[in-house]
Amino acid sequence: MLSLDVIVNSLPLYVSGAWLTVKLLLVSLLIGLAGAMPLAVMRSSANPLLSYPVWLFTYVIRGTPLLVQLFLIYYGLAQFESMRQSWLWEWFSSAWFCAVLAFGINTCAYTTEIIAGAISATSHGEIEAAKSLGMSRLTLYRRILLPSALRRSLHAYSNEVIMMLHGTSLASIVTLLDITGAAREVNSRYYLPFEAFITAAVFYLGLTFILVGLFRLAEKRWLVHLAARV
Amino acid sequence: MKKTASLLLITLALFVSTATLIASFPATAQTRKLRIGVEGAYPPFSELGTDGKIKGFDIDIANALCEQIKAQCTLVQQEFDGMIPSLQAKKLDAIIASMSITDERKQVIEFSDKYYHTPARFVGKKNAALAATTAGMKGKRIGVQRTTIHDRFVTDTFKESEIVRYAKQDDVFLDLTSGRLDAVLVDQVAASQGFFLLPAGKDFSFFGPVYMEPKYFGYGAGIGLRKTDTALRDEFNAAIKAIRANGVYKKINDKYFQFDVYGGK
Repeated sequence: MLSLDVIVNSLPLYVSGAWLTVKLLLVSLLIGLAGAMPLAVMRSSANPLLSYPVWLFTYVIRGTPLLVQLFLIYYGLAQFESMRQSWLWEWFSSAWFCAVLAFGINTCAYTTEIIAGAISATSHGEIEAAKSLGMSRLTLYRRILLPSALRRSLHAYSNEVIMMLHGTSLASIVTLLDITGAAREVNSRYYLPFEAFITAAVFYLGLTFILVGLFRLAEKRWLVHLAARV
Repeated sequence: MKKTASLLLITLALFVSTATLIASFPATAQTRKLRIGVEGAYPPFSELGTDGKIKGFDIDIANALCEQIKAQCTLVQQEFDGMIPSLQAKKLDAIIASMSITDERKQVIEFSDKYYHTPARFVGKKNAALAATTAGMKGKRIGVQRTTIHDRFVTDTFKESEIVRYAKQDDVFLDLTSGRLDAVLVDQVAASQGFFLLPAGKDFSFFGPVYMEPKYFGYGAGIGLRKTDTALRDEFNAAIKAIRANGVYKKINDKYFQFDVYGGK
């Protein structure tokens, strides 16, 4: 039978874990999105000197598991004496920083591909119309390409955000007490894996529910022109 | 035609091999099959060799005991914090993973008699001059392996320190070497044989007292079993006595240690 008292007693641990999960998610999404915008423009450029390096970046990041990237950053870099002596170590010695960095780089690569895909899927008519009005390349991007591409990326991006939320559970492996970390802690204290992890699952479900709701609001606002007419 | 012939041949081969498989069953059914949980990240007791095979004191003891009780054992490698749940979920039949016999664990599972007993000590940088007191460790980061006796002890004792918990002892030592941790509480032998001898461990040494209080540190490492498996426990107890008496234990012991790791009576 479910030991409800264990769950109730550990709720504070889960709540602080959920807070850490949300912080990890938001900061890494911010890093990812900030990096992805310019990279997506470069990626969809006709100039191979711009597009090729970005292609390589997304290929490498999307071609390796997030866990491996996290291990490389957390344990891997710590192996080098020069790293440990440098000023960077103040940052890299923190598990939180390493996790956010790994997650941010990872989501950046995926987001870049999402936005770049939306940019290249923009209909030629829109671009030609903009050119016929004499818009410069910069204006074209600012007024036509990016706004419409970002809107059309919303659906795919909501998926990426939810995947990233679940990805943050890897943080528990580098000693952070996020939701999964809390679950492992509770499991190890009471030897009740079902209670420990079902509670974590409920917390993730709740967070996903909120994210889905937020994206629905965003779509209502920015994708209204694509909605079915009633 | 050729196709039909080869198809026939394959079918025949499959049939014959299945038949031999079935025929071989009654013979193996005589020996019991046990799944033993081992860890593989706790040298010199349990570690992965360069060939990827698991080895160490725990492993040799497990094999010797299985031979003694005439059981066919499969060693299942898994993380320490999942051992007791796996045992209870019947994914394992016994745990031979340097698990200390403690009163707390005894409420959940059964233990054999100890098969070795070593104390715990703090490890830190050689020149750090740390004091193993609540005040001396205040604000310091102490690394331990999750759910171990060391975890329980520092969590209860060093309330003003930051306790950092890891799934594997190897990872604790990694972060001690990198400087993310100030101190590590660990089994004395796991440190002296599993860490100090490595190039990474040469700048580190013990500090503070030798910890043995049974309340936290238990009564030595035993074989973890389900509460209901008392018959198996008695068999393991007899087997431990037997290999102590017939020299098998000493042979294994001498392969790893220069002293008797069994630790007194």
